[in-house]
Amino acid sequence: MQADQTAFRTMKDTPAREYLVSGSPLCPGCGGEIALKLALKAMGERTIVAFVPSCFGLLTLYPYSSMKNSTLFTPFACGPAAAQGIVDGINIRVEKGEIKDPRSKVLVLTGDGAAYDIGLQSTSGAIHRRLDFYYLCYDNEAYGNTGFQFSSATPFASATSTTHATESTPGNPLRKKDLFEVWRAHRPPYVATVAVSRPVDLLRKFEKASKIRGPKLFIALGVCPTGWGSEPRETVRVDRLAVETGIWPLKEAVGGRVVHTYVPRRRAPVEEYLKKQKRFQHLFSPKENRGAVQAIQNAVDSYWEGVSE
Amino acid sequence: MTSAKRMLTGNMAAAWGARSSNVDYVCGYPITPQSEIVETLAGWVDRGEMRAKFTNFDSEHSMLAAAGAASLTGARTFTATASQGLIYGLEMLYAIAGWRAPIVLVNVSRGVGMPMILQVEHGDVLAARDSGFIQLHAETCQDVIDFVMLGYRVGEDRRVMLPVIVNMDGFVLSFARERVEIPEARAVSRFLPEYEHPTPLLGDPEAPVAFSPTTTDGFVYSYFKHQLHLASIESKKVFAEAAKDFSAAFGREHGVVEEFMTGDAETVFVATNSYSSIVRSGVMALRREGERVGMLRVKMLRPFPSEEVARALGSARHVAVYEQNLAPGRGGIIYPEVTEALYHSPHRPEVIQSFIGGLGGTQLGLGEMRLMLKKCKASRADSRLHEPVLLFRKEDSDRLAEALRLAGTAPGTASAVRKHAG
Ligand SMILES: Cc1ncc(C[n+]2csc(CCOP(=O)(O)OP(=O)(O)O)c2C)c(N)n1
Ligand code: SF4
Ligand SMILES: [Mg+2]
Repeated sequence: MQADQTAFRTMKDTPAREYLVSGSPLCPGCGGEIALKLALKAMGERTIVAFVPSCFGLLTLYPYSSMKNSTLFTPFACGPAAAQGIVDGINIRVEKGEIKDPRSKVLVLTGDGAAYDIGLQSTSGAIHRRLDFYYLCYDNEAYGNTGFQFSSATPFASATSTTHATESTPGNPLRKKDLFEVWRAHRPPYVATVAVSRPVDLLRKFEKASKIRGPKLFIALGVCPTGWGSEPRETVRVDRLAVETGIWPLKEAVGGRVVHTYVPRRRAPVEEYLKKQKRFQHLFSPKENRGAVQAIQNAVDSYWEGVSE
Repeated sequence: MTSAKRMLTGNMAAAWGARSSNVDYVCGYPITPQSEIVETLAGWVDRGEMRAKFTNFDSEHSMLAAAGAASLTGARTFTATASQGLIYGLEMLYAIAGWRAPIVLVNVSRGVGMPMILQVEHGDVLAARDSGFIQLHAETCQDVIDFVMLGYRVGEDRRVMLPVIVNMDGFVLSFARERVEIPEARAVSRFLPEYEHPTPLLGDPEAPVAFSPTTTDGFVYSYFKHQLHLASIESKKVFAEAAKDFSAAFGREHGVVEEFMTGDAETVFVATNSYSSIVRSGVMALRREGERVGMLRVKMLRPFPSEEVARALGSARHVAVYEQNLAPGRGGIIYPEVTEALYHSPHRPEVIQSFIGGLGGTQLGLGEMRLMLKKCKASRADSRLHEPVLLFRKEDSDRLAEALRLAGTAPGTASAVRKHAG
């Protein structure tokens, strides 16, 4: 999309209207919360949010709701399947003439645990069925709500409460699952990664997606001070470092073709990002684990070597 | 009533039940012995013979999630499964009930593995007994159609707003053809009003709704759980009203239980589902031999009709609870429910005995009925049999012994089975 076709040129163009109101029970400095806030601003008032157990499960907490939108809280694995039911149900009622087209949009909102692990099957099904819906995964790279356990989104060498950093193990021994590619392999019309330190990029991506029918999928980096051991006030800085080190590439695939929407000119060394977080602390003290840090750097470098734009 | 009578399998009857109820949305996933239901519905939708949307899912868990969610938008929704599928989706059953989404789900009962089996056992549907779904258990193919329609009528009632499971026996009913009356559209429209959700999930910014917010306080959780309980209890009354209208519209009577020759019966057999037909004919045969026997068929398993059960069994000396499930470490699942219902009865029967049979579709016949009667008569109040009696035919026992021999299984296993063999 050309820049002139967008309503979002600078941060000042961020819609003022709030759908995620202040005073939610989430932690201070929650990165995922900012991502959701922006996403809802871009999507607007007719958005139905289908969400699942996760930190964000607390966004509706009887007798309160932090969201102005209509919401359905579903079991962990089936957000996208519930979205199918909502979309089908509304379409049927419109076709029967029982209701006017409410022009509603359905947003599935989950953490990485649902998106990468337990809900991957139902997501696969919904994408395959070409369901017209949005999916926002805020990726805090672990099962946060239950105490920050390993998920398949956990990056290499991150300590979690089920992948401990000890003398013999550097935290998680496995690489992060590439959900972007897993989703893209389903050939959805739109899939993107986003980060809250680049809000205009985020808003534009939702804007672009809104013109497309079918599955529109987003993975947002969800900086998580509580689980990551970062400073709550540094959330946006940590987020920016993830982008500037190249650890969190910003990209989209329209009709399958991948385009990086922001390419850091000179990538900052990964240490700058890692050092901000207690989950990687064992890589630097009491002794530096050069091998592990280098492995992380190498993985980032080799990723960007493969990027041609 | 000038409605069509046709030879239909139980599965076809289930599909006709959905079609007759003007279902808007069907969610499908295959499993034997249910598949014919969703195949039939998909065929009708594909050929334009039924105005509904059909969606194929990636699992029962997903299928049920979509079914429940669609129901919240105000679409009348139908789905079906069996056995492994029901258990696979069990989490969703609780969610759908908690959402108060009045779908109808037909379960075609089949044993739950391991070991895998395709034939009937009620362990699947009874595992869902505490989910909040209303449960109606069918004896005949006609019951299946009737219960689907009654299910929507009762479940969608504002005083209830609960999902309903209609249960039928795998193979015995699902694949058996019977003469079934397909209801006339005009009669249906008199009996079954359009489904209207009071606060549909549509994304209307003027009417936002938050379904099933999280609760962190026990008092809130208790409130919603208790509401679910009260709605379930209320459904019995609503069922009675609906059954009256049903009888006026279609000429068939339905109650939460059915009493057969219980009036002067000394021994009453309690039964459910399709094997009730066998028990009924056994009762008639035993009557001809001069035995004062009867049958109580429980049609509604949830809410459990304790009062009706107690009333029907109050004058019997012996109660033989025959059931097709075996809860390891417990015995029959229905037996304690019947016993509890009778505990508060002023006329408690002398003997309440548990019998288990028909597991995996093993046979029940007059021989087993005679044995149950004999056991009941032989046991006195002070020597109640606490263990369930497992009904096992000699021919089955012999075939089992041969199978164990071929498999090289240790003989201990075989003798454990033989101990309870009737
Ligand atoms: C079927 C099922 N298994 C496990 C859980 C427990 N559970 C609730 S929230 C949660 C963590 C979710 O992690 P994620 O999706 O990454 O979201 P986050 O908590 O990190 O925001 C888990 C494991 C559950 N609710 N349901
Ligand atoms: S644990 Fe992390 S993701 Fe969860 S609310 Fe707190 S900061 Fe946000
Ligand atoms: Mg997470």
